[in-house]
Amino acid sequence: MSRLEIVKTYKIYIGGQFPRTESGRYYSPVNKDGKVLGNICLSSRKDVRNAVVAARKAIGSWSERAAFNRGQILYRIAEMLEGRKAQFVEELQFQGSSKQAAEAEVNLAIDRIVYYAGWCDKYQAIVSSVNPVASSHFNFSVAEPMGVVGIIVPENSSLIGLVSLVLPVICGGNTVVVLAAENLPLCAVTFAEVLHSSDVPGGVINILTGSTKEMTPTLSTHMDVNALVYGGTDPLELKEIQENAVLNVKRVFAYLTDWTKADAQGLHFISDVQEIKTIWHPIENVGGATSNY
Amino acid sequence: MTKENRQVDSWEYAPSLESTNHIHIKKRYELFINGEWVKPSSGKYFETINPANEEVISEIAHGNEEDIDRAVKAARKAYTEVWSVMPAAERAKYIYRIARLMHEQARELAVIETLDAGKTIRESRDIDVPLACNHFFYYAGWADKLAYAFPNRKVESLGVAGQIIPWNFPLLMAAWKIAPALAAGNTVVLKPAETTPLTALKLAEIIEASGLPPGVVNIVTGYGDTGAALVNHLDVDKIAFTGSTNVGKIIQKALAGTSKKLTLELGGKSANIIFDDAPIDQAVEGIINGIFFNQGHVCCAGSRLFVQENVAEKVISKLKERLKSLYLGDPLDKNTDVGAINSKNQLETIERYIQLGKNEGAEMYQPACVLPKKGFFCPPTLFTNVAQSSVIAQEEIFGPVLTIQTFRTIDEVIQKANNSPYGLAAGVWTEKGARIFNMANQLNAGVIWANTYNKFDPTSPFGGYKESGFGREGGVHGLAAYVKFI
Repeated sequence: MSRLEIVKTYKIYIGGQFPRTESGRYYSPVNKDGKVLGNICLSSRKDVRNAVVAARKAIGSWSERAAFNRGQILYRIAEMLEGRKAQFVEELQFQGSSKQAAEAEVNLAIDRIVYYAGWCDKYQAIVSSVNPVASSHFNFSVAEPMGVVGIIVPENSSLIGLVSLVLPVICGGNTVVVLAAENLPLCAVTFAEVLHSSDVPGGVINILTGSTKEMTPTLSTHMDVNALVYGGTDPLELKEIQENAVLNVKRVFAYLTDWTKADAQGLHFISDVQEIKTIWHPIENVGGATSNY
Repeated sequence: MTKENRQVDSWEYAPSLESTNHIHIKKRYELFINGEWVKPSSGKYFETINPANEEVISEIAHGNEEDIDRAVKAARKAYTEVWSVMPAAERAKYIYRIARLMHEQARELAVIETLDAGKTIRESRDIDVPLACNHFFYYAGWADKLAYAFPNRKVESLGVAGQIIPWNFPLLMAAWKIAPALAAGNTVVLKPAETTPLTALKLAEIIEASGLPPGVVNIVTGYGDTGAALVNHLDVDKIAFTGSTNVGKIIQKALAGTSKKLTLELGGKSANIIFDDAPIDQAVEGIINGIFFNQGHVCCAGSRLFVQENVAEKVISKLKERLKSLYLGDPLDKNTDVGAINSKNQLETIERYIQLGKNEGAEMYQPACVLPKKGFFCPPTLFTNVAQSSVIAQEEIFGPVLTIQTFRTIDEVIQKANNSPYGLAAGVWTEKGARIFNMANQLNAGVIWANTYNKFDPTSPFGGYKESGFGREGGVHGLAAYVKFI
């Protein structure tokens, strides 16, 4: 007698837990052969708000963690993803990729995570500065995370788009609320399971599936979200996000990047979502700080 | 005279007036477009007055949409044909030349700034004007070194930058905007504030004298409608705005869906925090400088004072005593500490907030000082018994009004200080080094002054978190606002 296969329930990821959407709703995206991908959580506005609360709660311990430790945790994500490669390849194929393209996408995703893991304790040295002010003060500028960042991932990518947008943001000590690709949601949920086993503290990355159109207004008008990263391609949607951002002067970054390219990564994806803080302190009688006349 | 038998609180000084006989102000200023002084197409002019005596200083052209269009076209032509194709080292030399000419005319610029803005001559002479000159001198040197500023990235200039500046530091803000824009290879249309256009127009004369190619810098004076025309012009590649958070939000919304790059330097309600181990006398000076510098017309003013409870009584009594020796009066007098409020409008706003504070039940203190009969003046004002929920502790007043709250623990003061939609600056006063670094780390603000306050420098990035805006001005970080990455 053949064994009955266990089919996974795809759930959302908030505050380090896998709840179903509080709304109890679902949707059933299909692949190009018309096969249903699964009953996916159709997250509500309330789920978005819960995710923001979880992200805010996580910001202190994540941003203040030693940069070296953040690097270790990011590297651990790559290790966990490597171990579950087959599952991601299978999901990507089920969602319409060729086997070759699926394998390439997963490999690139793993390598990109390792790339950003390495940046965790290095970007600060590149983007900060000691400023030689003309008065008798010691003055320096450092990068700090912006805070809670909302991320809308590209609709045409299940894994590499999400990884490429999320990793630089958390590398810099921010916490995120991610709206997964609406019709390619499987890898986002499975990636949450990878995160869950990678020592990433709960709340640092929160992932919601559902209708981008429904969730985006809540995310972009939320007064406790500091910045938004938009990976989509719809100029009207971007305009709406930028208009909503005005409410609390959110910073909005839009990237029209082909994330499957090997060089679609870099320091600026980290530094874009950093604030520069400048600190002054007097020093006693520094020569040259006063006029000789 | 001892403290007890002194009749008036403020000290008496012999007047020491800065001379105005060396300055040149025209009766009427036109718009500076394409290297020429042109009449506004509306034919309209407005008066700029001296807020210290309400006398008219000059007549200023009111530019409209058509004038902005002329200016943007001139800037575009200068960008395409001259400025963007000029070797960067040559560009640098023009900017250095502007800095040098400004240095030469520094005293005249300072006097005019004081006449037009009401700020004290000591401030415009020692702070505003030197910093403005130095800003040009600093950014000039960046023009041919941009490749070093952005590791592993290629940069290009943006094109035409539209810049709108406020009335609190008229010349300095013009310098903060124009210098980095030019260094990065952009051309500029600048709109000065309607109450303080004179030093920007003097700068236009300096730019004209420098031989800078026509159209590289255009200065179009006017009101909010002039600024709006600049923001909405389709051929502008970048908007840089310094001003209120309300107007900043209108601009951010207007640019939604466009490819224009934006930087905003907006309002603040910055916390100045005094711990019990702070050098109290120095801290009191820091509090005074934090809130009464430039009559409190400072976006990063330390307008919310937090004093640790066990030293609050001592600090407040020293503060009140120190307030008595602040000399309020003619801004041209070198003795003056507190000058004139920039405009009647702003004075009314400040007075409205003071009334509101009293209505809210806060306790007000003002030293007994004689206000000049003419002009717009407001005595330095303290409020104690202020609640975190008080409007005067939450909203930016932009005047010489300080709210005082107390705290017991570090966690408490961090929470109170960060509990604001703004995040421009903060001050910390303590002798403990480890505490300074902890506070500097925890305070959500773009500038942290530790055991000092209101210090500025061309090499030092300035700008806010949260609703205080985004982008930085000054230093290497200030260049990013004026380049595109390719």
